[in-house]
Amino acid sequence: MKKQLCILLFCLLLIPCQASIAVEEKSKPMKVGFLCVGPINDNGWNYAHNKGRLYLEKNMPGQVTTIMAESVPESAEAERVLEKMIAQGAKLIFTTSYGYLDPDMRVAARHPDVTFMQVNRPYAEKNIGTYFSWQYQPMYMAGVAAGRMTKTNKLGYIAAHPVPPLMQAINAFTLGARSVNPKVTTKVIWINSWSDPPKEAEAIKGLVESGVDVIGHCQDNQNTVAKTAESLGVYCTGFYNDAHELAPKKWLTGACLDWGPLYVQITKSVMNHTWKSESIVKGMEGGYIKLSSFGPAVPDKVRKEIKSIEDNVKNGKMVVFQGPLKDRDGKLRLAAGDKADFKWLSEMVWFVPGVEGALAAK
Amino acid sequence: MADPFIVAVLAGAVRSGTAVLYAAAGEVITERSGIINLGLEGIMLVGAVSGIAIASITGSPFIGISAAFVGGGLLGLVHAILSIRFQANQIASGIVLTILGGGLSAFFGIAYVGKQINSFSAVKIPFLGDIPFIGSIFFNHDIMVYGTYILIPLLAFLLYKTKLGLAIRAVGEDPDSASAAGIRVSHVRYFATIFGAALAGMGGAYLSLVYAQGWIENMTAGRGLIAVGLVLFAGWDPLKAMFGAYLFGGAQSLELRLQAIGTDISPYILGMIPYLLIIIVFTIGTIRQRKVNTGSPTALGLPYNPNK
Repeated sequence: MKKQLCILLFCLLLIPCQASIAVEEKSKPMKVGFLCVGPINDNGWNYAHNKGRLYLEKNMPGQVTTIMAESVPESAEAERVLEKMIAQGAKLIFTTSYGYLDPDMRVAARHPDVTFMQVNRPYAEKNIGTYFSWQYQPMYMAGVAAGRMTKTNKLGYIAAHPVPPLMQAINAFTLGARSVNPKVTTKVIWINSWSDPPKEAEAIKGLVESGVDVIGHCQDNQNTVAKTAESLGVYCTGFYNDAHELAPKKWLTGACLDWGPLYVQITKSVMNHTWKSESIVKGMEGGYIKLSSFGPAVPDKVRKEIKSIEDNVKNGKMVVFQGPLKDRDGKLRLAAGDKADFKWLSEMVWFVPGVEGALAAK
Repeated sequence: MADPFIVAVLAGAVRSGTAVLYAAAGEVITERSGIINLGLEGIMLVGAVSGIAIASITGSPFIGISAAFVGGGLLGLVHAILSIRFQANQIASGIVLTILGGGLSAFFGIAYVGKQINSFSAVKIPFLGDIPFIGSIFFNHDIMVYGTYILIPLLAFLLYKTKLGLAIRAVGEDPDSASAAGIRVSHVRYFATIFGAALAGMGGAYLSLVYAQGWIENMTAGRGLIAVGLVLFAGWDPLKAMFGAYLFGGAQSLELRLQAIGTDISPYILGMIPYLLIIIVFTIGTIRQRKVNTGSPTALGLPYNPNK
């Protein structure tokens, strides 16, 4: 009897306690965490995510506070930082690099009340959702610009790791270039790092020596690529962010991420409990990925040509990866009439004809 | 012989090796005095960021390089105070410097990411630059590369032919005897540690000011550690360090150019080339050192207590 009374009293004690927590949660702004693999001022990938974070803060004042962790390696360190963010009260965490999925899954299993948004992976379960945008679409258009501007018909591509999203970009870039100039080839150089500026600079020198006159890239940090191309007098295209000011003469165009509206949408859905685990993937029609501004070197005729491709891609009249599509070894990868879906795209580990460079998998 | 591909690879080797060479040459001097400084990675980063910061403020890459020399030297002073004045464990102090330098440079570097700076451009040396093969490999670079052509022989001269060099080697081999002979062990070690770190700072500034033309966090990507390794490989000799640095640079230059001409070798295998080469060369070096006794300074890494 005494024991039961104790339990009853204890429960009574808990009621106001819980009520106060609930009230507090309503009035307190929600904490949203962001995990970035590099510094947020890289003018590229991490910059774009931070831009989205600032947009979120600006558009939901008083409702959210954010925590940013920069330069977190894709290792057990990420797990530690995630745990720390959760201890600080984060209820929603955006993990903004490809390799965070594994630490994400482990931490997510321990904290079912926290929502995770993992970029770039076709994977969703329980409290992990994923989001991504088709960067290959504007890269196709950048390829058109490159194909029109090249004099040597040799394009170069500085690439970080042979992962499907980057393969999509390289293939789309080459398809775009060859759609207007079938003689074009793209030489790919793997840096094996998301950011290694000295190696990137040397790689561009190597490409230019071999006759390349347009450089495409997908490094997280755009500073080195754009400046080296400018100083060597070759054109460059951008990735992740509009960085035309880095190469005032030689910039063509590129892909530019705009995560802000998506971050607001996801945060609101977590707040009013309508969030469900899904893969949010959109192309240019979604507005999360855009075409960068044109550099002064791009003539009006080419700008118009690219703008009309942009319109067609946006309204669905044109698809970048369209069957029949063969890889460079002649194997049919997409049959005539078939459409590229998320699964097909996320398994892209091959090159289209015209791409020169080693493949990680055969 | 004058195949453009080979010329390009070798010219790239000199360019890629130069940053590591500054750091390795500095470390040779430091280690010869008996102090091991594992903090080169952090020191290079501090050099890289101070170079960019001062160059973008003053507009002069020369002042930027000087600032990197001072910045690296200041971190060297920290290491010297810890390991000479307080006789701390030099390995631990070096690791502390690596982390400290990484943090400091990231913190102060934020304002300088993407900053436009005036850089040194490649200047072909008249006459020498026209020599076939050799000319395009060695004499068509920027002024920092040419700097090493003077610096390295000078360092060798300093080490082997001057009184100061003799003092540095003496305190590195046997500080007690050196002290008995009237050499002020701590003074010599302070000089060698600060000077060595200052050179590493210049190596870092080469990366940010000339090579990549911009600052980004952690941009040395392990080159400071490579430099420490090269000192062992070079048998604590400045000229051999030059060879080692070019070997490392060459491996990287080769890797990237093999990709540019379109080989079908896995990029991962190619990426391993610089490190594989270093392991192979280390092994050979170690075996040779066992036969010929030109190894490490005897008092390397040992704290010296003058009052014992």
